Amino acid sequence: MEIFEIVTYFVLLLLVSTALRVVTTSNVIHAAISLVFTLALTSVLFLLLSTEFVALVLVLVYIGAVIVLFLFGIMITRAPLGKNAELDNDKNKKLGAAIAGSIFFLFSYILVNGFDGQVVVTSGSSTELLGEILLSRFVFPFELVSFVLLAALIGGITLARKDEALIDEDQV
Amino acid sequence: MVNFKPTVFAEGELVYTDGGILAEYAWLLVVLPFVAALVITFTGKYLPLKGAEVALTTIGIIFLYSAALMYLHITSGVVNEFFINVGSIGVFDIEFGWVVDGLSIMMYFVVGTVALLVFIYATNYMEGEIRYTFFFTSLTLFAGSMLVLVSSPTLIQILIGWELVGVCSYLLIGHYWEKKDNSSAAMKAFITNKIADVGLMIGIIILALNTGTLRISKILYQSTHDYEKLSTVAFVAAILLFVGAMGKSAQFPLHVWLPDAMAGPTPVSALMHAATMVTAGVYLLARMFPFYKAMAPDALDVVMLFGVITLLAAGLIAVVQDDLKKVLAYSTVSQLGYMVAAIGSGAYTAALFHLWTHAFFKALLFLGAGSVIHSVHSNSMLEMGGLRKVMPKTFATFIIGTIALAGLPPFAGFFSKDEILASFNHEGETTFFFIAVLGAFITAFYMTRAVSLTFLGEYRGHGHPHESHNLMTTPLLTLSVFAIASGWVNIPGVYTGFTDWVTTRKNKIVEYHPESFDLFALSSGLLAGLLGIALGYYLYQLQGSAETGDNKIKIQPIWSVLENKYYLDHFYFKFVIDPVKINISKAVDKFNTNVIDRFVNGFGQVASLMGSVVYNNFDQNGIDKLLNMSSTGTDNFGGKVKLLQTGKTQQYLMLFLGGVVTISLLILFIT
Amino acid sequence: MIVQPVLVVAAALFSLGIYGILVRRNAVMVLLSIELILNSVNINFILFDTMLADTLMQGQIFTIFIITIAAAEVGIGLAIVLMLFRNRQTANINEFDLMKW
Repeated sequence: MEIFEIVTYFVLLLLVSTALRVVTTSNVIHAAISLVFTLALTSVLFLLLSTEFVALVLVLVYIGAVIVLFLFGIMITRAPLGKNAELDNDKNKKLGAAIAGSIFFLFSYILVNGFDGQVVVTSGSSTELLGEILLSRFVFPFELVSFVLLAALIGGITLARKDEALIDEDQV
Repeated sequence: MVNFKPTVFAEGELVYTDGGILAEYAWLLVVLPFVAALVITFTGKYLPLKGAEVALTTIGIIFLYSAALMYLHITSGVVNEFFINVGSIGVFDIEFGWVVDGLSIMMYFVVGTVALLVFIYATNYMEGEIRYTFFFTSLTLFAGSMLVLVSSPTLIQILIGWELVGVCSYLLIGHYWEKKDNSSAAMKAFITNKIADVGLMIGIIILALNTGTLRISKILYQSTHDYEKLSTVAFVAAILLFVGAMGKSAQFPLHVWLPDAMAGPTPVSALMHAATMVTAGVYLLARMFPFYKAMAPDALDVVMLFGVITLLAAGLIAVVQDDLKKVLAYSTVSQLGYMVAAIGSGAYTAALFHLWTHAFFKALLFLGAGSVIHSVHSNSMLEMGGLRKVMPKTFATFIIGTIALAGLPPFAGFFSKDEILASFNHEGETTFFFIAVLGAFITAFYMTRAVSLTFLGEYRGHGHPHESHNLMTTPLLTLSVFAIASGWVNIPGVYTGFTDWVTTRKNKIVEYHPESFDLFALSSGLLAGLLGIALGYYLYQLQGSAETGDNKIKIQPIWSVLENKYYLDHFYFKFVIDPVKINISKAVDKFNTNVIDRFVNGFGQVASLMGSVVYNNFDQNGIDKLLNMSSTGTDNFGGKVKLLQTGKTQQYLMLFLGGVVTISLLILFIT
Repeated sequence: MIVQPVLVVAAALFSLGIYGILVRRNAVMVLLSIELILNSVNINFILFDTMLADTLMQGQIFTIFIITIAAAEVGIGLAIVLMLFRNRQTANINEFDLMKW
């Protein structure tokens, strides 16, 4: 077995275990930190698949911005830091695990059967080409997405802002 | 305005044209409002009239275009339809398009005319109100949605227009959503309509599956040529389509949303009640009429029954309302009952004729009521009175509308109501005929009551009423011309152009329409109208009730039953909202006995009071029991099912995903 | 490199995300689990893009779009949670039962 494949399997294993920790830990901060690791490992996986631009975007956007937002959210909603037995809804655990398990089984059954013996051959860097395609053929969706972001920005501000008028009328 | 003499309609043989370029570009009628709505949304606030000018221009163009189409149709008879294929699902082509034939041109014209006048009126009425620009966006969309609906050559487009109309009505009824009542009314309208829409949707699916097409003209062709496959499901499909129509056209017992829809601004009520929403159901029934007649004549009896119940029940409620707009709202429900009953009796041209005249005089009445409300800042008739002196123009036009609605010659309502009565008489539906005559009597009575309380007597309010702005009175004057003259297009024995207009279509079918005046129907209708006016005038003027409100003639317990609208709202509330009741069946049982008792008692007393024998024939027990049985069943089932609605998102998701996983596993391993 | 292990891992991430959504009580934690699901989709997109050697690189482009939309979603989602928290003094989603009968 090549060293490349060993690394890949190792990354995959770590990926699953950190993801598992995201949903099972009873400490909110740990969950967020585990998500950072999950994303970092995903990014490594992307690098192994030689799609370095997406890997970088993932690190920049997710780890750099989204996780920070999550930490803000955790702080502002005053989630109890440290271990917290109340974090999970125990009534849902069994059924939730069963459903998640069946989904996992269903997906992997289909995927494993469907892609039997398929291999990935990685080619070299593709960032230059990606940039050209993104700004030529896909330029319209690209610009559209920027509007979505703008709308989200405005929406976020509107929602999170204290609306005195609404509070006064007891409408909220 | 237009030469009303048919030039090409030779005897027996009708000559059609394809409408030429005018028909080819009729899609503009549908597309323009939507473009205008976009323009108003984005630029409205910066325009000098806050977007109203865009709406007015658009609707003006639509009016001119529809008038041109109307002229073309009258002179040469246009029948054409256009399709744009946008894709296919299985064997079904998904097509949009536009129909240009008598029926749709009539609707274009009604929508265009009423909408234009309402828009002009609204520019002044809504001046300085909150969300003025948004109001015009929704109003334009509302008119546009109705045009989508009436221009539709395929069932799928009808459904789309149908839903769009529902959404726009929701936006407009809830225009002042800061008040809880208004947003609840909007929600009530939307949900009631949605329930009915399910019927329409299933009906459409059944029709499509059994005919293999979504084109209305093809379905109607198959209906009239005895296709075996269609005939087996025709009754069910017909009833389901009618359920859809019941929601939009506010037929008993789904009429509850319409009176509450008065929460919207008055121009909206006028538009909704005259042209754009409640006529949709009648239009659908008329469009599908060949199907009903050929395939499901039994369904027509059901249609007629519901129509007759509606026209009487709503008319009686209108008598006890103190809110001017609500009187008119129940009056609309009652008049819609006439139209639906007329379709049920087979006289669909009479129904359309009543739709046509009703659109003009009801818009007139609503706008008049709006003018009054704008002036006295109250909806309650108890705070009005004596307004004839200060608001002469509104008074005069309101009187014209009232007479048109009460059905006195030569005003519009007389001709259309008479044609409906004549068709009942012709069909030998004696019971229904007398109920309809009684309905005419009640109509005249409550309208006289409304006029007495509002305009006659002395002013009882506190404000300083004044005549409205010219922008508001001009539409009133214009509409009163229509309210007088729109009936003259179909005078039996003299000129029956209207019947020819609306029957000029593919799958032409002409049911009964009177060749000459049916003197019996005419005289009883006229007598009922005159008696109603006389009684109203006697009770509210000569007895002086107008001064003191109407406490003198409140006869218990009928009055309270009527004031509570047969407890129908209470019933719906108990069933939908009151979740805490554990012993639901018990409560419903008690409630039902209450209602049946009060209902039957109430009707008994009304019958003896008015010295009429009609009510004895009215099979209260049968209808009521059936209704109650179905409601109890639904209630019990609902009581059990609602326990699932815990409001916990995770539980919903769990159930949903559990279902999805189970189904996927089944598909994967069993098939 | 064989694709199956990567696909199975992506499926595992997806179901872990589902599990998190179903089980977590804290609304922020639910949003976190949604990120896991999005991430698993990203992995699939990238994998198939590389596997099929698509000349238009649609897999990568879609991944970039997904990441962007996810950022927007998180912003809005957290704003909503914040608003709910402000009104109800809790971020426990079981307390948000407005959809009840």
